[in-house]
Amino acid sequence: MTTREFAYSRRRSPWTRWLRSGFVYTFLLIVALLVGIPFIYMVTGSFKLNAEIYRYPVTILPQAPTLENYARLLSGKEIPYLRQFGNSLFVATTQTLLTLSVSALVGWGFAKYEFRGKRILFFFVLLTLMLPFQMTLIPLFLMMVRIGWLDNYLAILLPGAISAFGVFFMRQSMLAIPNELIDAARIDGANDFRIFWQIGLPLVRGALAVLAVLVYLGAWNDYLWPVIVLRTPTQFTYPIGLATLVGLYKVEYGMILAGAFIATLPILIIFIAGRNLLLNNLTIGAIKG
Amino acid sequence: MRNWRRILTPYLFISPFFLGYAIFFLYPMLSALYLSFFKQVGIGTAPRFVGIDNYANMLSDQLFQRSLVNTTYYAAGSIFIIVPAALILALVLTRRNLFFREGFRVLYFSPNITAGIVVAIIFGLVFDEKYGLLNNYILAPLNIPPIRWLNEPNWIMPAIIILGLWRYVGINALYFMTGLQNIPDEIKEAARIDGANSWQLFRFVLVPLLRPILIFVLTFAIIGSYNLFTEPTILVGVDGGVRNAGLFMTMYLYLTGFRFLDFGYAAAIGWAMAIIILALTTLQLLAMRVFQED
Repeated sequence: MTTREFAYSRRRSPWTRWLRSGFVYTFLLIVALLVGIPFIYMVTGSFKLNAEIYRYPVTILPQAPTLENYARLLSGKEIPYLRQFGNSLFVATTQTLLTLSVSALVGWGFAKYEFRGKRILFFFVLLTLMLPFQMTLIPLFLMMVRIGWLDNYLAILLPGAISAFGVFFMRQSMLAIPNELIDAARIDGANDFRIFWQIGLPLVRGALAVLAVLVYLGAWNDYLWPVIVLRTPTQFTYPIGLATLVGLYKVEYGMILAGAFIATLPILIIFIAGRNLLLNNLTIGAIKG
Repeated sequence: MRNWRRILTPYLFISPFFLGYAIFFLYPMLSALYLSFFKQVGIGTAPRFVGIDNYANMLSDQLFQRSLVNTTYYAAGSIFIIVPAALILALVLTRRNLFFREGFRVLYFSPNITAGIVVAIIFGLVFDEKYGLLNNYILAPLNIPPIRWLNEPNWIMPAIIILGLWRYVGINALYFMTGLQNIPDEIKEAARIDGANSWQLFRFVLVPLLRPILIFVLTFAIIGSYNLFTEPTILVGVDGGVRNAGLFMTMYLYLTGFRFLDFGYAAAIGWAMAIIILALTTLQLLAMRVFQED
């Protein structure tokens, strides 16, 4: 505690200060409950039979916990949920690798080279950030029909690899790399790709990790485009599977909650492992942009 | 030879993006513009040139207007409810010597990374008329009779804004927190010494310094409203539920293109959305500039 801080607090009586912090923590706790209870209700609800979810009085904790929802969901009788979950893992992992590669290469090009047309080309990247994906939805779908990519993950992965945000994010981080390092490596005879690979990339590991988490989460949670291009239940990603459950078995809410909870587990693991990295770096775009 | 290599290298680095950009963005974008002047219903049918009919059609299309009104309603909710709530939360979370700051921050952010489909599934139960958490745990103790959140046209939009508040207040608070933490203490102290009270400190010191963050947050609040699809689709159906009261523009685009198979009109709607978003974000930037000069 600094002396300056002491100087201000002196102006207020201990009573007001006590009252103020009581108010602050009450407020934060109420918000925490409002945020947390829906999550808790999802988890506890997945262990309730349907009759219990739709019964008075409504309780948060299950009165007669059961694993039946999970057994039914994972048996694959309603939808091939495990398969769809696996599809999502594959799509999200591949998408992350692909988008990261493209974003890092292109970000490096914009951050560390001077060339004709650089400004206008970068302007195009920024413009793409503003334009809605919906604009391209219909022709992109017709294109996928024409080249026979419905039900093919390439239809998701390749357009997804073109991330204006990813390029912008990598460029911002790479700008900070000192040019002297690059010049020294060039004098030592390293070629451009090696400089990128062995000097550039290791210096932006943090930014790469943040982008990886963001791309992974985005791909894991995506629904609109996959629901358009994926047509067979065995090819679906899990959000489409869950959406069909909601459509078909709206009354079987316990089973739907079980599916929602399972789908949230990978996110939970990534988030717990990378929370500081993510929360502290997410705002890079906002500050410098 | 060497010289050529030096000129070409940067273009090689940026080529993957622009190659993909041309195929998966620029071409579809222009193709959508072309298609928007044609009538094409279904795959494999011959498109018929109709001039600006598709655009003119929007002016008399009730469903299009419904979706425009709803999207604007939600955008207004974002700007006037979600963003201010996030700013308040950030102000509280950046107080000195706050216990569990990290814990609160992590918890408040968590709805944002949860899948839209999962959020919609959870909120199906939150908003349930008879057995929902909102009616039973919040309204009932306050003696407010149950609200038919998802079945009463006038309540569908407020319900979706509540969902948006739950989902997005945390990430916006995080942006504001970063902005607030970047303001040097000396500035706040100088204002205090000059006799500014808390409101004056907020209004004349913090808000002007938060301007870049505010612009960023508002821009993405607007863009986010136009992108909203998964949550309302799962909650009330892709047609927006009772009297289309929850129909958003992306949902209407989806309906037009993939239910009615009216590709020309759907392409026109996509372009209309892009123009609206660009106009709104430009207007918003201009408005922020005006406020700066007062």
